[in-house]
Amino acid sequence: MNLRRFVVMGGAVLAAFLFSVWLNAPDLDLDPIAPPNLASATTEQVRAGEYLVRVGNCAGCHTAQGGPPFAGGRAIDTPFGAVYSSNLTPHDETGLGRWTDADFYRAMRHGRSKDDRWLSPVFPYTSYTNLTRADSDAIFAWLRALPPVDRAQPEATLRSPYELQLATRVWRALYFKPATDAAIAAMDRGQYLVEGLGHCAACHTPRDDRGGPIAASRYMGGEIAGLSWDALPLAGLGDDPHDPEGQELAALLKTGVHSRAAVAGPMAEVVFNSLQYLRDDDLAAIVSYLRRLPKAEPPAAPRVPRVSDDERAALRKRGATIYGEHCAECHGDDGEGQPRQYPALAGSRLVNAVSATNALRLTLDGGFPPSTDGNPYPYGMPPFSQRLSRADIAAVLTYIRSEWGNEAPAVSVVEVERR
Amino acid sequence: MTSVPLMRCPDRHPRSATRRLAAATAFLLLGLSVAPPLMADEVPPPAEMAERLKACAACHGDEGRTVGDTYYPSIAGKPARYLYNQLVSFRDGRRQHRVMASMLGVLSDRYLGAIATWYAAQPHAKQPAFEGATAEQLAIGERLTVAGDSSRNIPPCQDCHGEQLTGVQPSIPGLRGLPTRYLDAQISAWKQGQRQASAPDCMGKIARSLTAAEITAISAWLASQPYPDDAPPADRLPHDRLPLDCGGVLP
Repeated sequence: MNLRRFVVMGGAVLAAFLFSVWLNAPDLDLDPIAPPNLASATTEQVRAGEYLVRVGNCAGCHTAQGGPPFAGGRAIDTPFGAVYSSNLTPHDETGLGRWTDADFYRAMRHGRSKDDRWLSPVFPYTSYTNLTRADSDAIFAWLRALPPVDRAQPEATLRSPYELQLATRVWRALYFKPATDAAIAAMDRGQYLVEGLGHCAACHTPRDDRGGPIAASRYMGGEIAGLSWDALPLAGLGDDPHDPEGQELAALLKTGVHSRAAVAGPMAEVVFNSLQYLRDDDLAAIVSYLRRLPKAEPPAAPRVPRVSDDERAALRKRGATIYGEHCAECHGDDGEGQPRQYPALAGSRLVNAVSATNALRLTLDGGFPPSTDGNPYPYGMPPFSQRLSRADIAAVLTYIRSEWGNEAPAVSVVEVERR
Repeated sequence: MTSVPLMRCPDRHPRSATRRLAAATAFLLLGLSVAPPLMADEVPPPAEMAERLKACAACHGDEGRTVGDTYYPSIAGKPARYLYNQLVSFRDGRRQHRVMASMLGVLSDRYLGAIATWYAAQPHAKQPAFEGATAEQLAIGERLTVAGDSSRNIPPCQDCHGEQLTGVQPSIPGLRGLPTRYLDAQISAWKQGQRQASAPDCMGKIARSLTAAEITAISAWLASQPYPDDAPPADRLPHDRLPLDCGGVLP
């Protein structure tokens, strides 16, 4: 063997070795999972589990529309294809029937299935890794008590190479850092719920082209890939001049509305299915932690067609007329809204977002805030997709986004037509 | 609310005593949150329903009345339980309409009940008769509607939808006063399986026995019938029983 060949071969072996070390990094040095201990669940565990399943909004993904609860099968669209949620009922063949509490905790904490497969990060184990064993056991105890449903998890339709386990492992090496017992123990209650079961980062931290969270823009919101909605930033909520004590934020999470705003789109589902059931102490802890989140780098602004100054002036003029005819009756002449009924548009975080996505979705399709105990019969927003032309919608949105002190970019007719 | 379908999925697998005990415990815990769905149409609506439901008025008109050439059906004065069943079906995917599903996805059974009760209490709209039907359509439509076709197990429409086809309280909708396009689209959707009622789905069974041309003829004939102001849903079925088993119509 000549020297040159030796160097090339040696280099290749070394590179393969280093790649393998890098690839395995998230799975080296893991805190060990204690063996199964859940022979028979106590009533307290099942009851605690029911609450935790609500807090984690497990049903949000694991129940298909109109389907049996927790039997999975809901499609979750990603830029790489669709992944279908798994069956969490204790069915032996298609669900968790043969799983132990240790298997379940390993899936939550390490993102690995009972059969050692690396789980798709669509399942937000990047957050669930922060769960304690006691909470995981309680969730598992509650799931075990569900009636088993025979419903196989549909095969994901990811395009190549994302369907490969190797792709998942590369993703893990890039983005997944399993929690340590010490780190979990050091969290306060609010941090534990937000960073763990609440998995707020899944939508509220923007993602890069590979679907990984952008660490520099933690909790700064952005496009939720596959949903055509944007998440609003959670960082900086503590600076809201209208909410010096955080009571408005608490009302929003608990009832879906506060004096100036209402939740919409996917967040309305989260309040409806999950947050409205929060205990008062947990709600206060979450609000306190959210208000401490520091602002970070805003995500890249979406690429939208340019609007010239002349076009903008024309859109604003037309928009003012349309606003008077169709919007002012509820939202007020000065965009002030009506407390808990019609959101204020002046100073609204949703209206002033750089991306017009949410304002556009709401104007086209309308919608209701969620029914909650605190607001059982919400006031709805009409859909305008048939009543107003695309040009009129661009005009009224441009007006709303630049009036009453609002300062957001104009919305072009082309941007509306793309929807 | 989401717990309701649980009760329709009986445990068919032999389980350990522990697990049965755990299941029983969970049912007890869950039971507290299960509202009997059929009672929800008796929810008294809160004040200001017209303001709360402006989102609905955009397509279905103020107080649920649409008149004339439109696709969207007039919903004022329809039987409350029928309306409630439709709202739940849109939410749960037995009826498919993107905007309806996204509107209703975050509303409780209780609110849907209040919405149904409120629209049911509004006076219905007098409708102009549709004038675009051909003579052949009217002949086929009238024959199938009024007489049915016993060789194909198609009962006359009035056997379920009431002597005057104005519906029967509390769950069966009237067939008068609806846009022909809407009727055609709905019966066709039933035939294709895109619209379903709770099993056994009697309308699905009937729609699958009809041809596309017959569905258009029936829709045209129904929309051609006058619909006066004073035509409320009937209180009882003409023969006091349904000719088919219908899951959406419980006693």
